[in-house]
Amino acid sequence: MRIPTWMMDSWNWIDQRTGASATIAPIMDHHVPRNAKWWYVFGSATLMFFILQITTGICLALLYVPSAGEAYQSLIHIDTEVPLGWMIRGIHGWSSNAMVLMMLIHMCQVFLHGTYKFPRELTWIVGVFLLFGTLALAFTGQVLRWDQDSYWGLGIGAAMMGRIPWIGPEVVNLVIGGPIIAGETLSRWFSLHVFVLPGFVILMVGLHIVLILKNGISEMPEPGAVVDKATYREGFEQRMKTSGVPFFPEAAKRDMIFCGLMLLIVIGLAFFVGPFGPLGEPDPTMINTNPKPDFFFLWIFAILALLPPSIETYLILASPVVIVAVLILLPFISNEGERAPSRRPVAVITLVLLVTILAALSQLGVTTPWSPKMDAWTSDTTPRQFVVGRSPTELQGAILFQYMQCRNCHELAGIGGQRGPELDDIATRMTRDQLIRQVQQGGGNMPAFGKNLDSAQTAALAAFLQTLTPDGEHKAVIPAVKGDYPDWN
Amino acid sequence: MCDCNGPVQDCGKTTRRGWMFRIGTGLLSIGAMLAAIPIVGYVFSPAARKFAESWIDLGSVEKFPVGETTLASFRNPGAVPWDGYTADIPCWVRHIEKGDFQVFSIHCAHLGCPVKWFAQSRLFMCPCHGGVYYEDGSRASGPPPRGLYEFKYKVIDGRLRIDGGRLPTLQQSP
Repeated sequence: MRIPTWMMDSWNWIDQRTGASATIAPIMDHHVPRNAKWWYVFGSATLMFFILQITTGICLALLYVPSAGEAYQSLIHIDTEVPLGWMIRGIHGWSSNAMVLMMLIHMCQVFLHGTYKFPRELTWIVGVFLLFGTLALAFTGQVLRWDQDSYWGLGIGAAMMGRIPWIGPEVVNLVIGGPIIAGETLSRWFSLHVFVLPGFVILMVGLHIVLILKNGISEMPEPGAVVDKATYREGFEQRMKTSGVPFFPEAAKRDMIFCGLMLLIVIGLAFFVGPFGPLGEPDPTMINTNPKPDFFFLWIFAILALLPPSIETYLILASPVVIVAVLILLPFISNEGERAPSRRPVAVITLVLLVTILAALSQLGVTTPWSPKMDAWTSDTTPRQFVVGRSPTELQGAILFQYMQCRNCHELAGIGGQRGPELDDIATRMTRDQLIRQVQQGGGNMPAFGKNLDSAQTAALAAFLQTLTPDGEHKAVIPAVKGDYPDWN
Repeated sequence: MCDCNGPVQDCGKTTRRGWMFRIGTGLLSIGAMLAAIPIVGYVFSPAARKFAESWIDLGSVEKFPVGETTLASFRNPGAVPWDGYTADIPCWVRHIEKGDFQVFSIHCAHLGCPVKWFAQSRLFMCPCHGGVYYEDGSRASGPPPRGLYEFKYKVIDGRLRIDGGRLPTLQQSP
């Protein structure tokens, strides 16, 4: 295909005045390692999703009203009234998830391949800023959804900030733009999400790319190909000259294929699954809500439930500082030497452990076994098999069991909360006296019911709990007094 | 006077070019500082804002049956017209005996999720991380480091009034 002369002339006219080709050509032609193949596509995919975020974000800003009183309705309007508005919201939501995911995979690859070592330390550090910039965009974006999760999620964030020593209350007021979460809060977070953070990320992306062009794309790690500050740069440049391939189209073609596929998946998800929320009006007086963050913050949500209260404040405040410090210091801690994963077992184990822990915590964040089932006691009656053939006292206990909302925290026949132990076979584990003590005094994460149950009620409840033994299993006994129990053989 | 044609920094003595550079730097610095005062003040003013006591009306005392704990809500005293739903703040009112109240913030002392009152078991439970409180607001179990936040209250002319309007946090409870 020949390009028409008038087009070439026009391009030359522009090029002579802008120097465009002199700027772009070295970027397109810069040599990348011949073996940089499919492992290297994730950074490009992250950038593509960021560009998609900016584009769809501008679309949303055309109609979104950053006012606490109207934000929710404007989202509903975009979802239901504006032609393909739901699709734009869907793409923005799914693409934000995809961007976080691609960035995390990219980061794992860079870590696993030791790419952060000399001379690419600064590229890694800028990448760490991009990580936090992107996560901040994800969180602030979730706030702009301005539904119940967003409102109470802000409350959780504010409560964490409130634990900062001395200046906690001032930081809270700064973060929520006043004494309470309201109109000023949303405006503040809107300007963060739409102006401050994208500006920061654009700046960092630019720097990241400048650094990549300056230091080159790393080669696939080979065992024995050791990074040595004295010789690395010279050797790398030599190898790029002799065996490197131009970025465009040699490396770019894989980027394009992968980005194209990912784009299709995100558009497919947006089309078939649709946008995220908004779920429930941000009305604080509607308290029947179960706030939860989006998936990439579920692990934090889980940690906050599982930490021992005594060390919680220290960990909430210290761990972000430690995480940032470790990530930034990483290229200085391990700066030279082997890059191949097969020669870096500690790095591989660290990554596997981290991914496993984060996955496990996220899974717990989905099931939230620590939360009481707030409607367990009204939605399900005591299962029939636990009341058939019981004495009047035991039945009285079964009613109390239901009435006192024991199943908010305890499962019976698999229905109920998981905060406390399931009680199907509690009588095999606790004696009557132990049950009474536990009910009245609580302990081990159970509230004391001594003030709320009189002695007859406690006795009835204990009598009912005493019947909870699977067929053929013995009740718990205190060995020293086994004579008291006729069914003890 | 030196006859200086090189860059400004090469010139040790005062020249017209050196003066202009200094004046330029000085003017820009002064201008930048003057511009920074309102910018910093504007952005950081919420942190420094002081709040006066404001006794918010929760309604007639009769609205709250003795011996019960009921959900009430009030209009945020600092509300602006574009606050929408968020101008209304819920709280739990416990009427212990005639005229003797406890008014609890809805916010769990752990991380601020909305606690819910269960009248039968006489417990407040939090849906987020499983914090539980007794009817007097004291901590029963779970991760909260303290009991529920309590608002100061007054009964004036048969109406219950509280000092509210701030998000309670561990170091700044109402």
